[in-house]
Amino acid sequence: MNRYYWILGAFAALVALLAVGLNLNPRDVPSPLVGKPAPTFNLNVLDTPEKMLGPKDMQGKVWLFNVWSSWCVSCRAEHPVLVEFSKKANVPLVGLNYKEVRGDGNFDMSKMPADEEKKLAFQRANQWLAQHGNPYTLTVMDIDGRVGIDYGVYGVPETYVIDKTGIIRMKHTGPISPDVLAQKIMPLLAELNK
Amino acid sequence: MKRHLLIALFIFGSFFGSTVAFADAATEAATAADPVAEKRLQKLSEELRCLVCQNQTIADSNAELAQDLRREVRTMIKDGKSDKEIVDFMVTRYGDFVLYRPPVKGITLLLWGGPVALMLLGLFILQRYLRRRATRINAEDQPLSADESSRADAMLKEIDQK
Repeated sequence: MNRYYWILGAFAALVALLAVGLNLNPRDVPSPLVGKPAPTFNLNVLDTPEKMLGPKDMQGKVWLFNVWSSWCVSCRAEHPVLVEFSKKANVPLVGLNYKEVRGDGNFDMSKMPADEEKKLAFQRANQWLAQHGNPYTLTVMDIDGRVGIDYGVYGVPETYVIDKTGIIRMKHTGPISPDVLAQKIMPLLAELNK
Repeated sequence: MKRHLLIALFIFGSFFGSTVAFADAATEAATAADPVAEKRLQKLSEELRCLVCQNQTIADSNAELAQDLRREVRTMIKDGKSDKEIVDFMVTRYGDFVLYRPPVKGITLLLWGGPVALMLLGLFILQRYLRRRATRINAEDQPLSADESSRADAMLKEIDQK
């Protein structure tokens, strides 16, 4: 009898282990960038293409950096949350438009010259924001995705919280739900803005 | 019949192999001229995980991100970066997860040591079981006492007489 309890116990432990393992999200890869300075970049601004912007222009402010694209389905799901956020919160929300044209998959990039890709990217990004509302203080254009690599982007949308000294304090991969915003992001913003 | 099936499979397989090769042909042309660089790219790509399709290396995967990362590796090789510099570049951006072979350190100790620990535990249980079994058999294997052997003799005689 004693022995059967032992086996039953071992089995229960195995079930518990698998239950925990299966409930973890394998997409939740901890970012090594949290606690490190935001990688620098210098990219064209969507509204004013003649101007460039980088993280150092945001120095002294707590800001959100949100990676999006018009072809990204989850971005659309997250968009109303961001629009709502931009109405209420007094925190700059900078968009990083990631591979607007070449990420789409519907274009033959080997046949498209760089200036045409750039033009099309601006046009598509503007159109999308006009259609769905623009929550962004401004958006910068990462046309070839190089800045995305520096930020370790692997699944759009992604969102970074960056503090006044330019240190990344949080990274969220995947769409921001109202819960994530209320329970994780807003408290952190309040704390950093103290 | 079986032979035909094998041949069909072979043709099917080589067809797939070639389409994958085609997909990257345009970008490959650049470094293909340099077989040493190409070999390094191949080796490095097999060490790096594609974060989109997580159980593939960036050498196997044709996901967009894998293509971008291969392009980065290619540029770094061209710039004369060492293998370590290239791997470090990936780790500072994507973390240890990007390494197909996780490094041995505090947090991965269970991962690396777990199988060995389980085997040692198994050996320990096996040894304990065998030792107990041996003592039990020894205990049962005592020579018969004088009383028992006289009873056994009596029984055997009874059978012989029948």
